[in-house]
Amino acid sequence: MPEGGTGIGAAVKRVEDQRFLTGRGNYTDDLNRYGQTYAYILRSPHAHATINRIDTAAAKSAPGVLAVFTGEDMEVGSLPCGWQVHSKDGTPMQEPGHPPLARGKVRHVGDQVAVVIAETYAQAKDAAEKITVDYGPLPAVINMNKALAGGALVHDEIGTNLCYDWEIGDEAEVDAVFAKAAHVTEIDIVNNRLIPNAMEPRAAVGEFDQATGEYTLYTTSQNPHVIRLLMGAFVLSIPEHKLRVVAPDVGGGFGSKIYHYAEEAIVTWAAPKVGRPIKWTAERSESFISDAHGRDHITHAKMAMDADGKFLALKVATKANMGAYLSTFAPCVPTYLYATLLAGVYTTPIIHCNVKAVFTNTVPVDAYRGAGRPEATYLLERLVAKCAREMGLSQVDIRRKNFIPSDAFPYQTPVALQYDSGDYTATLNAALKAADVDGFDARRKAAEARGKRRGLGFSTYLEACGIAPSAVVGSLGARAGLYESAEVRVHPTGSVTVFTGSHSHGQGHETTFAQLVSDRLGLPLENIEISHGDTNKVQFGMGTYGSRSLAVGGEAIVKAMNKVVTKATKIAAHIMEASESDIEFKDGQFTVAGTDKSMAFGEVALSAYVPHNFPHEELEPGLDETAFYDPLNFTYPGGCHICEVEIDPDTGVTTVERMTAVDDVGRVINPMIVAGQIHGGIAQGIGQALLEGCVYDDNGQLLTGSYMDYTMPRADNLPSFTVGTEVTLCTHNSLGVKGCGEVGAIGSPPAVINAVVDALWDLGVHDMPMPATPQTVWAAIQAARPAAAAE
Amino acid sequence: MPTVSMTVNGKQVSGEVEGRTLLVEFLRENLRLTGTHVGCDTSQCGACVVHIDGNSAKSCSMLAIQANGTKVTTIEGLANGDELHPMQAAFKEHHGLQCGFCTPGMVMSAVDLVKKKPKASEHEIREWLEGNICRCTGYHNIVKAIQHAQQTM
Ligand code: FES
Ligand code: FES
Repeated sequence: MPEGGTGIGAAVKRVEDQRFLTGRGNYTDDLNRYGQTYAYILRSPHAHATINRIDTAAAKSAPGVLAVFTGEDMEVGSLPCGWQVHSKDGTPMQEPGHPPLARGKVRHVGDQVAVVIAETYAQAKDAAEKITVDYGPLPAVINMNKALAGGALVHDEIGTNLCYDWEIGDEAEVDAVFAKAAHVTEIDIVNNRLIPNAMEPRAAVGEFDQATGEYTLYTTSQNPHVIRLLMGAFVLSIPEHKLRVVAPDVGGGFGSKIYHYAEEAIVTWAAPKVGRPIKWTAERSESFISDAHGRDHITHAKMAMDADGKFLALKVATKANMGAYLSTFAPCVPTYLYATLLAGVYTTPIIHCNVKAVFTNTVPVDAYRGAGRPEATYLLERLVAKCAREMGLSQVDIRRKNFIPSDAFPYQTPVALQYDSGDYTATLNAALKAADVDGFDARRKAAEARGKRRGLGFSTYLEACGIAPSAVVGSLGARAGLYESAEVRVHPTGSVTVFTGSHSHGQGHETTFAQLVSDRLGLPLENIEISHGDTNKVQFGMGTYGSRSLAVGGEAIVKAMNKVVTKATKIAAHIMEASESDIEFKDGQFTVAGTDKSMAFGEVALSAYVPHNFPHEELEPGLDETAFYDPLNFTYPGGCHICEVEIDPDTGVTTVERMTAVDDVGRVINPMIVAGQIHGGIAQGIGQALLEGCVYDDNGQLLTGSYMDYTMPRADNLPSFTVGTEVTLCTHNSLGVKGCGEVGAIGSPPAVINAVVDALWDLGVHDMPMPATPQTVWAAIQAARPAAAAE
Repeated sequence: MPTVSMTVNGKQVSGEVEGRTLLVEFLRENLRLTGTHVGCDTSQCGACVVHIDGNSAKSCSMLAIQANGTKVTTIEGLANGDELHPMQAAFKEHHGLQCGFCTPGMVMSAVDLVKKKPKASEHEIREWLEGNICRCTGYHNIVKAIQHAQQTM
């Protein structure tokens, strides 16, 4: 369908915007249930302590208080983990319990200790101050190396802070290649811990209907069906037919709203006890100490090369912080979403990666936009940049020399994945042009004349998304399947409601999915409604994360629409007295081939519900089809990000002057939305590279616990971006789509840091940690001064 | 409890509040105007921006009683019936919102910017937005939307 239409490829303005722009969004905290009460969660001020005694008597008699509960009152199941990773010796990972309200011990600052439920939020919060907790503070372990080297035990009962010790690849074979390599480049990398900070703080409202015995949880979730399953089956033992989970409008997720959190279980469990609905809304300070954090890897890596700079082998050893408890997805992030990406866009024939996952007295760490793939990409692209320096090759040449050629697909990597399509030369060439790399030398000279340093950084990356085939993730330890479902319900007068298991929290599904329907069924957008986020409406769903909504959820809609068309064709054939094989469907019209007989989609729909002369043994009334789609493979978006920075060597202030991204996300359904997704990802990537870093002190106190300490990217920290797409189609889904939600956050951080290193190279600065804050950059320049002078 | 009265979106309203009740709490809880959001507890994010007597202000940073007698406009009061304010229309046209959570504050802040500095450069627009955090859009399209609204407002 052409630009300006409403089908695939059109930059349709978003249908959801009207309500958001007029203040009529419906976020969880906007809900007010009849008789609602308010919960305040008392949290641990200690990173590690025994709970000797909790005195709640004064709180219970405080004004407005309805109930106070502690871990001793709340005897329910443990918050479950959805993935099981096995160590290289075959033993399953350590999986310590995670009670919603702490029992006996607290393990991170922010751990839930008690809940106060009162008539107003202020009363609940006031009463919580009257709770006395007798803590027995214990030494905390924050640093992963110390945690592995015999520091305090986060979980005494498992006797170790090592969650698992996992590997992929044959270490002996890799070592043998290294022994003979012409050159080896090594690098130490820290992937800084981040705090996701979706702008809407998490919230949950629990209620119980005495008449029906049904529980309802309204929650800020990216996957309400998953929460229903995890909370219902594992924590509270509520069967699914008695538990409804609704995720209404959700104000951003970025991974942090995938997981099943304690507060959801607490308000649901307590609702029948107080006999009224209970609302809990996080204050931002609570978000900082209770939302799952992201990244936090320490890695040593090395690349073996031949004399021409061709990659021969890669060896990686990573420590990954799990925090104090295993969050829902956590174990899979540094393994299956990380090590399997280490081939990147290169033909490296053999790879070994060892990952040790470590418990510490910090907030649990889990997937954050990109999840494992940004860590792999950052490592690889920093290493490749260093390889180029050491081999005397340009940043472009070393990449071209090692790219997987565009005619090599499907391409089997040495780390399990098989890429279906891609053209890395095409995205590189387009990015070189868009970034005006030819003009860089002149810009660098001009900057030098102004006393500034200018640098150029590259990242050519790939990611595995559209998460993913159930058979594959099952073999990798997932305890669930990762298909998606859709129901396409055609109403009697021809309008359509699509029920999708994907969840939109900024991605614009109500528009993109409607475009799929408009394209296939030939309907105007106003006749299409996309419904999501309510387990009582939507049949089932695995939700939105891993850039999977279009590639998996969209395909499920296509599959259901195909069933609708098949059925509607039968109906049309019956009514027009033609053979099914003679019916053509195009632009919303069923036509008998070669005749002028035709029926509009709406006429067929009406007939389906007014089946006066249907042969009922062959043709059921109704037009309503459901499909589950389980993909054959991950999808593999990739591309090239080029960053150009300018640094003031006197202050260390780094300015991103140009940020260019050319990505291959497969077929683009709505180019406006795709560009927006990439912009947002890039901003988070630049945030990680230059601004954001979570800091704990040695006692486990979070030093970056508010927006005054944790630097969120603001408008004046960022430039406008140059983004573009090059398309190779995904070969295993009908739409040819790959996914675009994470590419920006995956591709951009190494481009930024490589640019900073490039700018400072001649000053003797050859490495740079993230975030490259002015202070860090300035200190690195100062530290390099004597060394550079001595050279 | 003290009583406050003010004009909100053209309507005279009053209510009983605690001394410590914030303006944003009064708007959201008493008046059920939930378009104004709360994104932080340190006055940094700007999700709560409204207009008080024509100037943008963070409604989380003042008490409801401090707003006594003022004229408050929230995001709900910006459009003219079904017709979007030019700033709202520009955000839609340029995809200046994704999850929509920062949007009310962003739009209210941007309206004030264009009123006060109609010819603000990209750099000035970005500086003005320093008190409004968006996690979704990377600001690129927000800036474009505001530049568009500079022409249409
Ligand atoms: S709520 Fe964040 S500034 Fe007001
Ligand atoms: S649109 Fe989501 S925070 Fe701005």
